[in-house]
Amino acid sequence: MDLMIESFPKLLKATMLTIELTLLSLFFGIFVGAFFALLRTGKNKLFYYFAYYYSYIFRGTPLLVQIFIIYFGLGQVEWIRESFLWIFLKEPYSCAILAFTLNTGAYTSEIFRSAFETINKGVLEAASSMGLNKISIFFKIKLPIAIKQSLPAYGNEMILMLKGTSLASTVTLLDLTGVAKHIISTTFRPIEVFIVAGSIYLLMTFIIHTFIKFLEKKYSFNN
Amino acid sequence: MSLLAYGDTGWGDELFFATLMTIAVATAAIFIGFFLAAIFASFKLSKSKILNLIGNLYTTIFRGVPELLVIYLFFFGGSGAVMYVAKIFGYNEYIEVNAFLTGAIAIGIISGAYSTEVFRGAVQSINRGQFEASKVLGLNKGIYYYKIIIPQMLRIALPNISNVWQITLKDTSLISVTGLVEIMRQSYIAAGSTRDPLFFYSFAAVLYLFLTFISLKLFNKLEKNYSKGF
Repeated sequence: MDLMIESFPKLLKATMLTIELTLLSLFFGIFVGAFFALLRTGKNKLFYYFAYYYSYIFRGTPLLVQIFIIYFGLGQVEWIRESFLWIFLKEPYSCAILAFTLNTGAYTSEIFRSAFETINKGVLEAASSMGLNKISIFFKIKLPIAIKQSLPAYGNEMILMLKGTSLASTVTLLDLTGVAKHIISTTFRPIEVFIVAGSIYLLMTFIIHTFIKFLEKKYSFNN
Repeated sequence: MSLLAYGDTGWGDELFFATLMTIAVATAAIFIGFFLAAIFASFKLSKSKILNLIGNLYTTIFRGVPELLVIYLFFFGGSGAVMYVAKIFGYNEYIEVNAFLTGAIAIGIISGAYSTEVFRGAVQSINRGQFEASKVLGLNKGIYYYKIIIPQMLRIALPNISNVWQITLKDTSLISVTGLVEIMRQSYIAAGSTRDPLFFYSFAAVLYLFLTFISLKLFNKLEKNYSKGF
């Protein structure tokens, strides 16, 4: 019990980094996801296959491999080390964000793609026969329907990303899992620390869950 | 390419056995998961409020907490528990618990939380009429489950079991932090001693892609096989 109280402030401080990593990755990931979803729904075959294999590779390999390739692997390439990119890629923080963004972007692109593909054709035909132009069809009809469609799946992806940020601890970052591991390995009392850190994660999962439920209600067309 | 040579000069054989280790851990984990899922799914489906609560707690906790944190719990907690028992018998040295077992159990418990939801959903999707029909036929509960519910449930659950397998396979990479020599750990060792992390981690990615690709093909074949009559 003492250890739980003692370690709580440290874990709470580390939670800030976890939240920061999650939010930044999700934010950038939305753009990456939208970009690749557009490539997938477009007509260009080359872009289509590029987006397809991007999503296939990032969803088919563990996130840990992706972080390690970016953090340990890219530093080995001469021209990257000499370019301006090295300012970012030598830091574990930006490497972690890059890996998380690319990973969540792959899953997000699949969510967006299926949301756009399942839009009822009749709705779009109705819109164009009413004389709406392409831009307003996209913003006024396609986008709201797609957002509503993808909300439940995107909520899951947010939770997966929150859990995924725990891997930042493998590249020396002291996020919630990193600090928890540090306390466990110095005190050898894993259960107490697990309860505290686990509860913080569950609380964050719960908040995401509630937030998505709120959005789903807001975007539902029935009321 | 000489880095991948088979034998003492390259890492080909080491990586080959590491891949087998990954498959072994993932297989052990998914079966531990199925075993737990059978128990907890029946808890979730039971009429008892307490059993429902236990089932919900299990799936909420192990789907909401990062896999890595669970692995640390078992890695440090496992040896702690064994040492505690050993102390009672007068043995005070540090004992390291088998990394394979710890990893398989940790990943198995996480995988089980996902499988629980899959099993529950599959059982619920079976027509209630079948239950009534088997009652009328005078079948007892055991036969009813083994002969009627489980065979149908497995067919419905197969696509989702395939998903759980993919998640489990990828989660095994996290066991590398405990020192078990699977693909990720072997690549780490190779990358460290050859100073070529880019090559070895990329090769690890290729191995994982190969494993996920093969398993997807196998599951598709199974699905086709089991939906023959439908």
